[in-house]
Amino acid sequence: MHEMGIALQIAEIAKSAIPKTPADLKVKAVNLRVGKLTAIVPDSLRFCFEIVAKDTPLAGAELNIEEIPIVAVCKECYTETIITDADFSCEKCKSGKLDIISGRELTVSSIEVADPGEMEQAQKKSKKKK
Amino acid sequence: MEIPVVRKVLDVNDTMAQENRDYFTQQGVYVFNLMSSPGSGKTTLLTKVLQKLAPEIKAAVIVGDVCTTNDADRLSVTGAPVVQITTDDFGGDCHLAAHVIKSAAKELDLSEIDLLIVENIGNLVCPAEFEIGEDSRGVVLSITEGEDKPLKYPLMFRVCNVAILNKMDLVPYLEVDADLAVKNMLTVHPEMPVFKTSATKDTGLDEFVDWLKGEVNKKFGK
Repeated sequence: MHEMGIALQIAEIAKSAIPKTPADLKVKAVNLRVGKLTAIVPDSLRFCFEIVAKDTPLAGAELNIEEIPIVAVCKECYTETIITDADFSCEKCKSGKLDIISGRELTVSSIEVADPGEMEQAQKKSKKKK
Repeated sequence: MEIPVVRKVLDVNDTMAQENRDYFTQQGVYVFNLMSSPGSGKTTLLTKVLQKLAPEIKAAVIVGDVCTTNDADRLSVTGAPVVQITTDDFGGDCHLAAHVIKSAAKELDLSEIDLLIVENIGNLVCPAEFEIGEDSRGVVLSITEGEDKPLKYPLMFRVCNVAILNKMDLVPYLEVDADLAVKNMLTVHPEMPVFKTSATKDTGLDEFVDWLKGEVNKKFGK
């Protein structure tokens, strides 16, 4: 439900990262790292991003989402556990005293840019593929 | 050509939340962010809690809804200062963000209060993602919502420091297992204190109020 606001923030961050020279660079892709312990629905986010990207240098850019697993370290036996369902306990000693070390990420990691010519070619190619 | 960026998407909100937190601390105010789905009984619960906190703890409330000032009207009978935010003006947002709290707090005399309770917008998903500058967070789950909600919305139960299982007085009329609801909360967040309450019948609230008073006093070394 709040994906639109998040898409706007992503667009702001991506736009401010586009180099000034050479001019007219287009963004091919925005690469995101999204932890599994976030309230983000990737499909909704892609849909919203497409809308906010329209008529900007981000138009047509792909939103690549790398999903980051929830990883916790037990405070008692120091075992690392990947949390896959809602069970937040140590896989070894079953303790619930955990430090979550990943899974809350919501980060723009990089953008991929191209000049307009390169962009057109890339789009033609992807159309052929489809 | 790939250009590294590495920026947190919610940076703007997180930064402002930290500014709020510093400001509230400087003003001697503890901030409690109370979240739940719509209709869990947050407002009824708060009305009772505010009465129990006084006069030892002076509290104010910022209450968020998409529309109407019904909640502020209900809360203001307690005598506590209440600021109603309707997010209609912010595009009908599904959560309260840090900048909204910053502007709402301007309407309160912070030197007069010890505790600011933010009654967030009814929603078990989005508010969990947005810090507002709070010291702690609580979630209210009413037993009528079903035992499995903590497992379905783990982020909410994971980010909260305390949980309240409300409407316990209805258990005899429902096919529901309250112990399982508590167990599911503790599966998601094993170290979290859970209070079973009935806001309408005034049961279990004193224990929660004691917890909250303890937290406020702990922050300011009382």
